[in-house]
Amino acid sequence: MLHYSRTKTLLTLLIVVVGLLLIVPNFLTPAQRAALPSWVPSSAIVLGLDLQGGSHLLLEVDAKALRQERLQGLRDEARRALRDERIGYTGLGIVNGAVQLRLRDTADNDKALQKLRTLAQPITNTVLGATGELDLDVASNGQGLITITPTQAGIENRIRAAVDQSIEIVRRRVDELGTTEPNIQRQGSDRILVEVPGLQDPQRLKDLLGKTAKLSFRMVDTSMPPEQAAATSPPPDSDLLYTTDEPPRPVLVEKRVLVSGEDLTDAQPGFDQRTNEPVVNFRFNSNGARRFGEATQRNVGKPFAIVLDNKVVSAPVIREPIMGGSGQISGNFTVQSANDLSILLRSGALPAPLTVVEERTVGPGLGADSIRAGTHATYVAAIFVVIFMFLTYGTFGFIANLALAIHVGLIFGLMSMLGATLTLPGIAGIVLTIGTAVDSNVLIYERIREEFHGGRSLVLAIQAGFERAFATIIDSNSTMAIAALILFFMGSGPVKGFAVVFLLGILTTVITAVTMTRMMIALWYRWTRPKTLPF
Amino acid sequence: MRLLRIWPEGTNFDFMRYRRLSFPLSAALSVLVCVLFMTVGLNFGIDFKGGTLIELHAKTGQADVAKVRQASDAMGFGDVEVQEFGNEGGISLRFPMQAGGDQAQGEVVQKARAAFTSDYDFRRVETVGPRVSGELVQAGTAGVVISVLAVLVYLWFRFERNLAIGAIIGTLHDIVLTVGFFVITQLEFNMTSIAAILTIVGYSLNETVVVFDRTRELLRRYKTMPDTELLNLSINSTMSRTVMTATTTFLSLLALVLFGGEAINGFAQVMLVGIVICTYSAVFVSSPSLIYLGLRQGQAAKAAAKAAAVRP
Repeated sequence: MLHYSRTKTLLTLLIVVVGLLLIVPNFLTPAQRAALPSWVPSSAIVLGLDLQGGSHLLLEVDAKALRQERLQGLRDEARRALRDERIGYTGLGIVNGAVQLRLRDTADNDKALQKLRTLAQPITNTVLGATGELDLDVASNGQGLITITPTQAGIENRIRAAVDQSIEIVRRRVDELGTTEPNIQRQGSDRILVEVPGLQDPQRLKDLLGKTAKLSFRMVDTSMPPEQAAATSPPPDSDLLYTTDEPPRPVLVEKRVLVSGEDLTDAQPGFDQRTNEPVVNFRFNSNGARRFGEATQRNVGKPFAIVLDNKVVSAPVIREPIMGGSGQISGNFTVQSANDLSILLRSGALPAPLTVVEERTVGPGLGADSIRAGTHATYVAAIFVVIFMFLTYGTFGFIANLALAIHVGLIFGLMSMLGATLTLPGIAGIVLTIGTAVDSNVLIYERIREEFHGGRSLVLAIQAGFERAFATIIDSNSTMAIAALILFFMGSGPVKGFAVVFLLGILTTVITAVTMTRMMIALWYRWTRPKTLPF
Repeated sequence: MRLLRIWPEGTNFDFMRYRRLSFPLSAALSVLVCVLFMTVGLNFGIDFKGGTLIELHAKTGQADVAKVRQASDAMGFGDVEVQEFGNEGGISLRFPMQAGGDQAQGEVVQKARAAFTSDYDFRRVETVGPRVSGELVQAGTAGVVISVLAVLVYLWFRFERNLAIGAIIGTLHDIVLTVGFFVITQLEFNMTSIAAILTIVGYSLNETVVVFDRTRELLRRYKTMPDTELLNLSINSTMSRTVMTATTTFLSLLALVLFGGEAINGFAQVMLVGIVICTYSAVFVSSPSLIYLGLRQGQAAKAAAKAAAVRP
């Protein structure tokens, strides 16, 4: 008997009603959504950047720079360690991704190894905790040649940490632009995805993210004129840097950092009271203030340098000790660049330079056009299919069309519940599922027709039609789902949006075809008691 | 009301006979596509090639292609493709990938913004650096290969080996011809194209599976029916459904081609052609291939052979 039990009917209707109710939050304002009780699903569909316009930037942490920086730090640490132990060495340098040195006296070998091995740190991992691995490998060839190699795990750990730290800093810098709801997340091992809706020209953002903003206050080395250092080589404890002037002037700066940007608590753009030039006013934390105060006290009359990303922004002479913990950076700023530098200093330094490896920006005009065209196409497709189904199957076509409407509604309901992103390919996916969703109905109907014309009674034919078509529906939709799943895991951005719609569409089409359609046909049968098929 | 019937009921059409036509045709087309693929090649978009794509729209509604071309050529970024695009006033510019790694690509956008901002709206700016484009090529290829393999495994479990192989032959055929469509039309091949191909893989299998499902059912019912007859029966009895579904899908994609807008047009076109290819191959390629692969295995095959021999 063609029977669809009352419980099943209620359950089916419940699923449909709940599924359709999930769409409601999309029509509410954010304030109204927030006011909903917490047990009510309040998430809504998010429009992809290709529909609402905005910028998508994929940034990559410069792993090479991180490695180089690590090696340089290691070289300095090794020098200090050996000097502390009074071990003589020559040829300390970076060779093939490792720090190398040669001991003057091979008798020092064990002592040197022991000391240098203390430089290694155990790797701690947020996921695994302490792994017992070290981040350095110190080896000797037994003839006085010592190599210190950062291990692969150690480097990876550093990159991971750098990405985590960068995400925080990127977020602060993006927030400074005053944009709404930027999405910033890690992508792969060394990348950061930044999506800023509504941003039309990401150049300023790229400028802000393109600077590491490593700030340091150091003394100028006056032991040698900078020109001489440029011609020969700078003393081992100093760097030869250049100013930001046009043309750049060389300045010899001590490697030792008096105070670094990490000790800044605030930075604001302002104007110099005397010259009225744009400047950046900053304040140190107590630690920085103390150290800066002591350093300036000791060095009155001598010049110090404010170094930003290895360029000397300015190198003023200390006229009096600066004890208050605040100061001013001046140096050829425009209002804009003073403002940008304040943002950079407030947000903190990036551990390594970031490179934009992919940029996609969609203007608001194109996004709006895409939505309009997509909606249009959806309506037309729906009209085509609905008319065609009705012309072919009559009453059964009408039932299929109802199931189709619910199918599309459920896709939107599920997408709302998941807070999924609707992209332009996603809209294309909806249009496509309008065409393919009726497939399940067609499979069932054609099977019913076959069974009926094969000599069964109408009730048995309908029953057999559903049962036999079910296996086919599952098989054919599973293969589609496999393709869609792979697309979901492989694709990114808009393409992923397509995969989501496609997957949800497959799910809902199976649900609507085997439950909704069946229920409606059972009802139709009970009401009309037909003797023959209406198609 | 008299209802529409595209495919008449109870047909007994000898589809298998047409394999003598469809096999050489499909083989020739596939070879042609391979040759064209090697010689002409795909028109790779910046997703795979790297570089910068900019879509402009004239603020006055009247684009001056010649002037834009002159200005962009003068920027010194190499060979810039400048085309009219979409509706009135639209121009697309394609800058080749610049030497000098990821950093160098940013300059293109910067210069173009400076040059065209006063007269044009920037509707779309996309820059893909060398590393990302390389990865996208890998991801795209891997996606297609993995999906074919995954489906092969699924089909192997659900059906028999030969049916699975037959379905995959049909799917590969559809992928090749779809790629051929890209080569011939020189439509841009990008990440969305990969999505289109994967969807076609899904649809192609969907079509084939519906027929094979019936084949499997008939195999159980008619133990001794000759392969050709059985395959013909499978196709004939599922044909009205095949035509129906192809029509509804075709109609909805037609709506997408006609009204979906410029940004999705390429995708829609490919899908539309893909549906036609898939429908053709399910009937004329995958199913007939089973005649050569063999429908039955082991005992069943022997029984069928004996029955065929006994028959006059």
